[in-house]
Amino acid sequence: MKTRLAIVLGVAACVAAAPASAQDNKLRLGLISTLSGPQAILGKHMKDAWDLAIEMLGGKVGGLETEVFVGDDQAKPDVGVQLAERMVKRDHVQFVDGIIFSNVLLAVAPVVTDANVFLITTNAGASPIAGKQCNKDIFSTSWNNDQTPEAMGKLMQDEGVKNVYEIAPNYQAGKDMITGFERYYKGGIRGQTLFKLTQQDFQAELSQIRSAGPDAVFGFLPGAWGISFFKQFQAAGMNKIKAYSVFSVDEATLSAIGDAAVGSYTTGFWSHDLDFPQNKKFVEAFRKKYGYDPANYAAQTFDAPFLIDSAIRAVKGNLADRDGIRKAMEKANFPSVRGPFKYNTNHVPIQNFYKLEVVKDASGKIMLKNRGIVFKDHKDAYYKECKLAS
Amino acid sequence: MDPLLALEQTLNGIQFGVFLFLVSAGLTLVFGIMNFVNLAHGSLYMVGAYYGATVYQITGSFLLAVVIVIPACLLTGIVLELITIRPLYPRDHLDQVLATFGLILFFNEAVRMLWGPAALFMPQPEGLTGHVEIISGAPYPVYRLVIIGVGLLIALFLYLLITKTRIGMLIRAGASNRPMVGALGVNITNLFTKVFGLGAVLAGIAGLMAGPVLTVQSGMGEEMLILAFVVIVIGGVGSIRGAFVASLLVGIVDTLGRTSIPALLNVVVSHNAAQTAGPALASMLIYILMAAVLFFRPSGLFAARTG
Repeated sequence: MKTRLAIVLGVAACVAAAPASAQDNKLRLGLISTLSGPQAILGKHMKDAWDLAIEMLGGKVGGLETEVFVGDDQAKPDVGVQLAERMVKRDHVQFVDGIIFSNVLLAVAPVVTDANVFLITTNAGASPIAGKQCNKDIFSTSWNNDQTPEAMGKLMQDEGVKNVYEIAPNYQAGKDMITGFERYYKGGIRGQTLFKLTQQDFQAELSQIRSAGPDAVFGFLPGAWGISFFKQFQAAGMNKIKAYSVFSVDEATLSAIGDAAVGSYTTGFWSHDLDFPQNKKFVEAFRKKYGYDPANYAAQTFDAPFLIDSAIRAVKGNLADRDGIRKAMEKANFPSVRGPFKYNTNHVPIQNFYKLEVVKDASGKIMLKNRGIVFKDHKDAYYKECKLAS
Repeated sequence: MDPLLALEQTLNGIQFGVFLFLVSAGLTLVFGIMNFVNLAHGSLYMVGAYYGATVYQITGSFLLAVVIVIPACLLTGIVLELITIRPLYPRDHLDQVLATFGLILFFNEAVRMLWGPAALFMPQPEGLTGHVEIISGAPYPVYRLVIIGVGLLIALFLYLLITKTRIGMLIRAGASNRPMVGALGVNITNLFTKVFGLGAVLAGIAGLMAGPVLTVQSGMGEEMLILAFVVIVIGGVGSIRGAFVASLLVGIVDTLGRTSIPALLNVVVSHNAAQTAGPALASMLIYILMAAVLFFRPSGLFAARTG
């Protein structure tokens, strides 16, 4: 009896899993983001920008009927893999997009590319993906992890900061950030802390920093980490030490950090005041629709549907022509919020990086202000390791 | 490490230890006296944090949050005990673990539904935002000193409650020989509800105070729960004194280890190896401590249970 039941269930499962409509030339897009837990603020920027972009494309990316599948990876690689498997096997998506965390990206990448599905990372920029583990089907609308801290390293070197203390979470992106920073910063390193991913309280690390007595701190403390760190930095009375950071003070965290961040510096490929038509359109529409300011997580993600749109239009909506779609994406022929850019051979953008300062404007609003270019048309450090025959 | 820094890190360790004590005191009472494994104890900590953050957001008064959170947690604890915990007393530990694990899932989803998936950030209470220089050259945040102070006061209160009052006597009696207390005509059921409520309040206070220094989020209780179990195993199940000593021990060892091991390893091995092994070794430290304590004292530092 039991065996028979099992067989019946097995058959039923097979029927249910059969591709319902894989051949109908409908565009299916997966979005994997971090939508719960302390880092959900980053995922919210990503998801909101994604929805906005698709809405602005009239709900038809590339002129095709578009269906979106959204998944919350909870910042966990294993959950990310489950979502990716579900999206490629059950939902039959042609693109998997999003992904906040580099460790999630590294786990998800082979699942997606093995299934002959495109992967567009709109945040995570794990260095192996830019180098040895690059793939013809992986594109980035963000950056390689090292690029932004490279700009910060150059900035601090140019400004003559004598020595620093480095702090970052202990995972792929944290290590990439420090590697990138040290590639251009040649001053003294007074100390370094790699904290665990579940950490929320930085009091002990702050004591450590003060005792080391550096002129400045270089930090990579995205989202909730940045909020805790800068608040506690101020509460510990450490304002004499200058705070430089990447992905830590931005529109996602500034309202929660408040005055504690004013006067600190960061670097980035984008700022809300960049003078490009697509950027103006994006910032205005985003503020209007959601009532808050977009951060870089939103800007990067906003580009992805437009990239896909340009490629699908180039092949006249023929989703089966994956080579054609890939070639079209490599041209980056779409209006980007960062202005026109080119893809490198590893599908990472070659782009400008800017110096950004946290300021308080006349109305008391705390925001990032663009203070000029640090790097022009900056290439990442790994593209030569990437052997793509293109 | 220079002595001033070591002193400051010890202070940080004590502050962390005080949190652990508030969570593990309730856990050790419930486990020791009621012989009940309550995995949902961390959820009560989380609920306390959410109550606190909500009241603070609405009223802007931390004092009011304290006044409201304590009875709210007591109520939550008592209702939880009456509805789900009480029927589980006669069942074995496996059933209790399964049921209270279910409660963890329930609470995590419940706060997600009520407060949303994103974490709440609670500002430091007004008037406690500054810092004082108790160690020269190292200003220390006032709020953290308040945490230490409150924790020590609660420890003193528990000490007096356990050693000087009738209910304390019953709790001690219950921890060492439960059937005998029942045989002597004490209403055990009633006592259990009180103890469970007390544990809920302590966890809730810890959650409330953690709000401004940590992020208030679904699932925040589990990490604390694991540490709390380490604490009660080291301290001896059922012993408040054990929980107190073990909490401070775990707090200090974890903080000092986390900050000094990577630096120490740097001296011995290459920089890269130290950066990889250091954080890993530091996070294992308290479990190594637990194993060592159990090797020499299998029932913990202050074993309360005798029969």
